[in-house]
Amino acid sequence: MSGAVHPGAWWLWALGLAVVASRATNPVVLGLVVAVAGFVAVTCRQDTPWADSYDMFFKFGLAVLGIRVLFHVLLGGVDGPTVLLDLPEVPLPDWARGIRLGGPLTAEGLVFALCQGLQLATLLCCVGAANALANAKRLLRSLPAALYEVSVAVVVAMTVAPQLVASARSVRRARALRGDVVRGVRAVKLLLVPVLEGAFERSLVLAAAMDSRGYGRHAGLPTRTRVLTGFLVLGGLVGLCVGAYALLDGGSAGVPVLVVGAVPAAAGLWTGSRRVRRSRYRPDTWGTREALVVGSGLIAAVTAVLGPDLVMPTVPLTAPDLPLLPALGLLCALAPVLIADRKKP
Amino acid sequence: MIRFEDVSFTYPGASGPALSGVDLEVPEGELCLVVGRTGAGKSTLLRAVNGLVPHFSGGVLGGRVLVDGRDTRTNPPRELADVVGLVGQDPQAGFVTDSVEEELAYSMESLGLPNPVMRKRVEETLDLLGLADLRHRPLATLSGGQQQRVAVGAALTAHPKVLVLDEPTSALDPGAAEDVLAALHRLVHDLGMTVLIAEHRLERVAQYADRVVWLSSDGTVVAGDPGSVLASAPVAPPVVRLGQLAGWEPVPVSIRDARRRAGELRSSLGSPASVAPPVGAEVMRAADVRVRYGSVEAVRGVSLAVGAGERVALMGRNGSGKSSLLWALQGSGKRSGGEVLVEGVDPASLKPGPRRRAVGLVPQQPGDLLYLHTVGEECRQADRESGREAGTCRALLDRLAPGVPDDRHPRDLSEGQRLALVLAVALTPSPKVVLLDEPTRGLDYPAKTRLAEALAELGHAVVLATHDVEFVAEYATRVVVLADGEVVADGSTGEVVTASPTFSPQVAKVLAPLPWLTVGDVARALAAR
Repeated sequence: MSGAVHPGAWWLWALGLAVVASRATNPVVLGLVVAVAGFVAVTCRQDTPWADSYDMFFKFGLAVLGIRVLFHVLLGGVDGPTVLLDLPEVPLPDWARGIRLGGPLTAEGLVFALCQGLQLATLLCCVGAANALANAKRLLRSLPAALYEVSVAVVVAMTVAPQLVASARSVRRARALRGDVVRGVRAVKLLLVPVLEGAFERSLVLAAAMDSRGYGRHAGLPTRTRVLTGFLVLGGLVGLCVGAYALLDGGSAGVPVLVVGAVPAAAGLWTGSRRVRRSRYRPDTWGTREALVVGSGLIAAVTAVLGPDLVMPTVPLTAPDLPLLPALGLLCALAPVLIADRKKP
Repeated sequence: MIRFEDVSFTYPGASGPALSGVDLEVPEGELCLVVGRTGAGKSTLLRAVNGLVPHFSGGVLGGRVLVDGRDTRTNPPRELADVVGLVGQDPQAGFVTDSVEEELAYSMESLGLPNPVMRKRVEETLDLLGLADLRHRPLATLSGGQQQRVAVGAALTAHPKVLVLDEPTSALDPGAAEDVLAALHRLVHDLGMTVLIAEHRLERVAQYADRVVWLSSDGTVVAGDPGSVLASAPVAPPVVRLGQLAGWEPVPVSIRDARRRAGELRSSLGSPASVAPPVGAEVMRAADVRVRYGSVEAVRGVSLAVGAGERVALMGRNGSGKSSLLWALQGSGKRSGGEVLVEGVDPASLKPGPRRRAVGLVPQQPGDLLYLHTVGEECRQADRESGREAGTCRALLDRLAPGVPDDRHPRDLSEGQRLALVLAVALTPSPKVVLLDEPTRGLDYPAKTRLAEALAELGHAVVLATHDVEFVAEYATRVVVLADGEVVADGSTGEVVTASPTFSPQVAKVLAPLPWLTVGDVARALAAR
């Protein structure tokens, strides 16, 4: 993948756009984010099997938008003075108080639901753009060496789903050869056993292959060091997860736990990386281009955080305006097109 | 380089040993071929070399195995990764990464080689195996032959002293098999690598071997000079059988050696009497069949008429559209254009039940067709779903492979027995036409001969896709060669296979220009004299 921008840079860039999207319900800003992400993804993606994932995520986003609006129509939520349509309300029993089925549909509520759906769709587009530009698997390759074993396990697990689909298809085809049309609930029962059997056998073959090719080799490394490294890394990661959860939960324990977790994790990664005797073929490197890509995403995020409120006013309903600063920041996020485009193979 | 000292091995829960009393020494720089009947323990022997047996498989290993002076008892496979490279039977199942270049680098990464070394070796290997154009390609999009070469390359980059390959050419078309074997031959001669190969298609490999190890079914081994060992083993390529028949001493293993001795035989044999096989009334007619997946056209306008009792072999490169064509002919697979009629009815328009009464198909993975727990249950189910009287399937199975116990689990059958069971299931409704996709994969010579005889006896019209030229010579009456989804040759077996060296059976190569195809034909001609 010579000349390709580091996958981590793309994910950070997409994260910057996602920060903008998460702060905005203004459809003009969100539309701009989708356009920027889409344009960069289409221009900078390389000739890889995952290059089409932006389209997939875009369609998925549209579906989410549709579902959000449908739910609003059915269940209501935000109301306003402008009633567009008065749907018949289904009376619900007492225990389901607070839930409304049907009822008046207002323009304000509809706009609110649309904007919220659009926000979700935009976030999905950011993930899709990152995926199209740098597959998650490639990102995993860049993890610290101490996490190598874990990252390989994750990569292998990620190939299982498409394999299961392929094997279910071949079993189903074979069943048709025996004059049996497999449909419905019975299909699950009949397909499950052979498909899982196949998956199990394949994973044994893969495990044998990985073993013979030196996976998990310790080449003279003392057992104590390996146990210590593993303990530090796992303990640290658990601490990090608990800390992050506490922080998001708003609890006061968040920061201390996070710090307590971070220290052993860092120590484990450090000792592990120092001692793991394996190397990486053509590692992705950080350079100016990576810095520029990340910087452009960062500018978009910072301008959105510093700039004016990006919330779509619904009561009273007014046309959304285009705040200048965040818009300029988002345009900065187009910079990768200039940097990375020439590197296309 | 590899030393087996009185090695015996028993799988957990097995009644008898898989290997017993194996004493074997393979010196450095030798290409050693392991032969034996299906299930004789060839894979076990190979996997014992890098310690997968017993570290991965479980079981009890007696004696000891030394590789480059290291004992496999104390060194698990991962610690032997720098000495032994292993290429398994199904290369795709063993791939860890998803692109060619990364796969080639994987073993080196595990060994912790520095980056400049890895770069250099990857480039060398790409050239050595002719993979340079594919370097960025995802592994899943490669053809079988390309995948096999990547798997060999991935084992090579670590520069192991020993390379172990389990059936490296069984899934490959004759051309791709030649490529892989030529690359191996070069490794042995240029780099002094020690190579251990297990293979059923001996006609492809035997000529390259410096030594042959014959594993008999009771787990003991006989090792020695290729000609003499193969001559005494139950599995031998046609050229060895021909040599035995003609009484040549020492028995030749390569076409070249055999041809130099064959002058007398050629002149005494003369041309075979050409008998046009009788072709019955047309049972299947396919016209302009097309199969398209997305933007790829796998089958482009193939027309084919098959008469009753005709046995048609479809040949062609990996990925030339053979399987797609078979599935389209059967009607369960995709067909984008054209017409298929079996006795006037399009099988695709029928329901799956009646469809299998018109056309039966045995897919490439025959095991997919089996889903019950015993052979007996499978047979009874086949009778029921075909609407035939009880016992039909069992009777067919007994003709194809006598003595398969009723209470055995289909997974525990040998490759040949499982194929026989699936074939019996497919034949139970006595379909007008039977389609077979790669039926001889994993079968040894005696099993192939029995399959050919049983199929010929049953007398169905058969279309089979295969890479196995020897089986085609023995069994087919007509050969259709596909390339890029189009028919490039169609004619009687004798005409087509003798026309090109790639598709020629060994006997034809030895006795060219006389169009003899099989040892059996020659033997009959000599006996009649």
